[in-house]
Amino acid sequence: MKKFISGWSLIKLYTLLIYVWMFTPIVAVVILAFNPQQFGTFPMEGFSFKWFVKLSRNATILDAFKNSLVLGGFTAVFSTAIGVPAAMAFIRYDFKGKDFLNTLLIAPIMIPEVVLGVALLLFIRWLQQPKSFALLLIGHVVLTLPYVLLIVQARLVGIKKEYEEAALSLGASPFQTFKEITFPLLAPAIFAGMLFSFTISFDDVTATLFWATAQNQTVPVKIFGMLRNSISPEINALGAVMIVLTVSIPLAAGYVTRRFARGSK
Amino acid sequence: MKEKTWKPWLLLSPSLAAVFLLLVVPVCFVIVYSFWLRAPSGQDIPAFQMGNYAKFFADFFYPSILLKTLRVALETVFFCLIMGYIPAYFFYKTESRFKPYLMVLVMLPFWISFIIRTLSWINILGDSGLINHLLMNMGIIKSPLAMLYNEGAVIMGLLQYLLPFMIMNIYVSLDGIDKSLVEAAKSLGCTEWQAFREVTLPLSLPGVSAGCLLVFVLTCGTYLPPMILGGPGNGMIANLIFKRVIGTLDWPFGSAISTILLLLLILIVYTYNRYLGINQIFKSMSNS
Repeated sequence: MKKFISGWSLIKLYTLLIYVWMFTPIVAVVILAFNPQQFGTFPMEGFSFKWFVKLSRNATILDAFKNSLVLGGFTAVFSTAIGVPAAMAFIRYDFKGKDFLNTLLIAPIMIPEVVLGVALLLFIRWLQQPKSFALLLIGHVVLTLPYVLLIVQARLVGIKKEYEEAALSLGASPFQTFKEITFPLLAPAIFAGMLFSFTISFDDVTATLFWATAQNQTVPVKIFGMLRNSISPEINALGAVMIVLTVSIPLAAGYVTRRFARGSK
Repeated sequence: MKEKTWKPWLLLSPSLAAVFLLLVVPVCFVIVYSFWLRAPSGQDIPAFQMGNYAKFFADFFYPSILLKTLRVALETVFFCLIMGYIPAYFFYKTESRFKPYLMVLVMLPFWISFIIRTLSWINILGDSGLINHLLMNMGIIKSPLAMLYNEGAVIMGLLQYLLPFMIMNIYVSLDGIDKSLVEAAKSLGCTEWQAFREVTLPLSLPGVSAGCLLVFVLTCGTYLPPMILGGPGNGMIANLIFKRVIGTLDWPFGSAISTILLLLLILIVYTYNRYLGINQIFKSMSNS
């Protein structure tokens, strides 16, 4: 028994070290964002908000933020708008070729983004269309759709079909059933799908590098361009903003979902 | 109540149309284009010839990039496995009331921008990064160690990106093990270690192999970490494709390399699916 306890504490220590390894670089970005020195490195000499101030006056970065938010928002709406019905079809119905189609729709996860990037760009070129915001949007919808399907299907499995059937048998019209029963039960799944697709779209670099023009650069693409020179405290500051933003979104969402779940009981 | 057979198809049609038009058709275009010719003037000429593939395999330069990609992928899988199994086992065994929070914490990096996570290693491994700063302050080294812009740094970045996927895959598999099996083994006289080796470990292998496949495939297509953390010689196959297509606008050759990469990955995934089944991966992904 004693041997097991010491083995267990080694496992705990190992896990702790993995956490430290995982979060040290992320914490370092946030700390260095407050370094007033010209070069964003250790040692820290003082503490200042000057890089954040500089960032907030940088028009091209603010533009990129706007592009990212708009693109992520539209991607989330379109991706869930087509993904949620598909997920319902897979969970609620039996039909021929179901497994094959499910795999086909989820397969893009395994396709390298570079290949997706080349493929869509080649297609657009063949159609003789210029790169545009629409290209970015449809590209991001394709990128995020498999994740929406996975997330929404996982949630849908937990919603009983009987509720809908009960409503119908009690005389509700199909539309009333959807409005009163299906939609409220589905809302957390839809919300989760939107959140996921927004984050993936907001985060994407590789495929976006293929599709973006100088006018519609997103924040990660902008950061990539800035990195060409070297890492600067401004990049660290931007990184800190992104970290706080992207971490608080799912945490807030988790809170909202729990409230939702409690409210619907 | 009889199910209407057209209803699921109606629900599916937008997604199917999107994937068919925006993914299947464009990928077919890439394959077709890989047989085309590129005129010296830079124009693409429709043709059916193997020239682009011949060019790829003409000398050792391009295949060596492919081999390097596969080697980095294998190394990443290896390190992901030894770094990921024990934390996954910890989550499976622990009875701490903080377990949900600890698991959220493991998945948290997934929500943090990929490019930020990648470049954050510059602050750690760079010449004036955290490690060199600490070592020099302690007087262990005189001049900074060169830890950045090499293959090790690339793998470091990849590990940070992929470790959560590995941990979740293994955890889902461990979590599905009936705990009474372990109890039974122990009541029959197995030690803790024997019970792990004979029962828990074999039953967790589906998750381990799913995690390995996922990490391998994602590494093979990776573009950003070699670009940011690698040196000039550390480019992988995705960097080559980008350079050929966006840099030199050589669409037919870029398409040929893309096709080679895609075929290779399809072959790997197909073989895996044939013998081990692919569904495990999707199961743990939807859990995250």
